[in-house]
Amino acid sequence: MTRAEEVMATQSRKTLGFWIYLMTDCILFASLFATFVVLRVGTAGGPSGVDIFSLPFVLLETMLLLTSSFTIGLATLGAQRGYKGQSMVWLGSTFLLGAAFLSLELWEFNQLIAEGNGWQRSAFLSSYFVLVGTHGLHIAVGLLWLIVAAMRLLRHRFKATDLHRLSLLGLFWHFLDIIWIFIFTIVYLIGGMA
Amino acid sequence: MKKPQLEHRHAPAPYASYVTGFLLSVVATVVAYVFVTQQLLPKEALTYTVMGIAVVQLVIQMVFFLHIGRGSRWKLLTFVFTVVIVLIVAIGTIWVMNHLNYNMMDMSPDEMNRYMDQHEGI
Repeated sequence: MTRAEEVMATQSRKTLGFWIYLMTDCILFASLFATFVVLRVGTAGGPSGVDIFSLPFVLLETMLLLTSSFTIGLATLGAQRGYKGQSMVWLGSTFLLGAAFLSLELWEFNQLIAEGNGWQRSAFLSSYFVLVGTHGLHIAVGLLWLIVAAMRLLRHRFKATDLHRLSLLGLFWHFLDIIWIFIFTIVYLIGGMA
Repeated sequence: MKKPQLEHRHAPAPYASYVTGFLLSVVATVVAYVFVTQQLLPKEALTYTVMGIAVVQLVIQMVFFLHIGRGSRWKLLTFVFTVVIVLIVAIGTIWVMNHLNYNMMDMSPDEMNRYMDQHEGI
């Protein structure tokens, strides 16, 4: 094996390792989804989904996250082709979109708690906060990772190791968007049906 | 069959793949949203339809964003394995818990016997 091939094989193994982490995270979310679906009817006299969810608001959140999933793809592609400035702009957009998504989610949580519909209100709301909150926590970690990735890329002038890490961050971010599709569908669309 | 070269499988993905994936995902999201807000179908059919659209969008993003099939072959294999586990966890839980609901209803044993007799013929 030449040196280049060796590096490529190592990166391939690292990608696979990270991929397997993502797959285990899928199982974590599967159990939270199952919990939510079972406890969805346990409103204990409190509000159900149709009373508290605003679908246009959630559509906006979904579009923000979907667009950020697109822009991080563009950032990775740009970086791999050596378009450094363009890549940084896309990374910045991803961060802003992700931060906007997280702010909206926290604002929604805040509203619910202020109205007395916090996680202690009913089994439905407990499972809702745990499921959506776990996703939000992942997004927060992703945002932190974005900052670190951007700083490393700038400081080390887009060296190969950092480009590879950027592609892993891309995988993580796309994965979070896929989880959100199911939150959007199961929690908000199906849970918010009259 | 010859294994594809490592370089080939790790070549940067084309831009077109991301643009296609993004546009298709936007369409899928909006379609699901319109189906629910306009109540185009009765409730049960609507539930299955939007779940179907979510699965379609999952496939779109797996193909165009995560490039399943590129990189290591183990990626696809571990993904399929995970899907199986996820289905067992999710569908299994829903199935078992719905049946358990009979035992968790707020009823005395007598009422329970009558309920079972009326609703299940037991």
